[in-house]
Amino acid sequence: MTRADPDARPPETERLRTATRQGLSVGLATGTYGVSFGALAVAGGLDLWQTCALSLLMFTGGSQFAFVGVVASGGAGAAGTAAAALLGVRNALYSLQVAPMLGVDGPTWRDRGRRLLAAHLTIDESTAVGITQPDRAAQRRGFWVTGGAVFVLWNASTLAGALLGDVLGDPRRWGLDGAASAAFLALLWPRLRTGDARSIAVVGALLAVLAVPQAPAGVPVLAAGAGAALVGWFQVRRGRRDPGEATP
Amino acid sequence: MTLWTWVLVACAVCFALKLAGHLLPPELLHDRRVAGVAGAITVGLLAALVVVQTVSDGSSLVVDARLAALGAAAIALLLRAPFVVVVLVGALVAAGLRALGWG
Repeated sequence: MTRADPDARPPETERLRTATRQGLSVGLATGTYGVSFGALAVAGGLDLWQTCALSLLMFTGGSQFAFVGVVASGGAGAAGTAAAALLGVRNALYSLQVAPMLGVDGPTWRDRGRRLLAAHLTIDESTAVGITQPDRAAQRRGFWVTGGAVFVLWNASTLAGALLGDVLGDPRRWGLDGAASAAFLALLWPRLRTGDARSIAVVGALLAVLAVPQAPAGVPVLAAGAGAALVGWFQVRRGRRDPGEATP
Repeated sequence: MTLWTWVLVACAVCFALKLAGHLLPPELLHDRRVAGVAGAITVGLLAALVVVQTVSDGSSLVVDARLAALGAAAIALLLRAPFVVVVLVGALVAAGLRALGWG
């Protein structure tokens, strides 16, 4: 994306248009899996409004799936909240990255409002599209368009999925529990590119298998998160792990 | 507390995490441990969620149609299928096996 000769880059309007186009296409793609989230949340025991509240107010897919997954497996609300929070930790890293790029840290009320809005829209997709643009203006455009497009489509498709889930009835008959397994695997898959990431996944999966018969529902997931944090810590101390892999 | 309360608490915590990075000094990102541990938590939790969703039945381990659905989803991912196709494959395999009377 970055070239030595500035004249070799596409003109600014073209770069902004590219950022917009990328943001809108990512938004469309994400919108389609909001349907899965809505249907799975209702199948997992949440009502329509709770499902929609998660997409409107939590607005971070991984944490939403985690909350619903823990509650659906019989876990307490507290365990679901802890799982959602742990999965939300990466968003703090994303906002550390996008904050300097957005320039919304001014003292005015307008800037404060924009900062709150930027925080709410800081997710995998908006960060990924934003930071990969070639210049500041295109980065801002990419972040806001992606965040906005995903927000609108994610919430609309969540509502559609929740309504669909209500109509379907018994979730097992329609294989919705198999769909949830597939959804978690699809969320994990793109993060398994390095050997270190794969060993962390194996540790997390093993801890969960061992803990399921011993601990109350919800706890196995948290135990795996704690174990993974420990392994990640030692991998970084050995200096093997590229911290860049925490970014999308 | 009711489920509604937990829904709102979880939303508030997740928003606070997103806001934290906008308020903290950006130098934190240069600390390899912070980035490494946060990345590891994400991977470990998602792997555990795959397991719990697939082979747990409350407090016991079971093998049923969900495991076959997971295997089919993995094949779909290897073939670079998009997210929604992977999810549909999982649902179809689980529903199909149950219609045939297994799992």
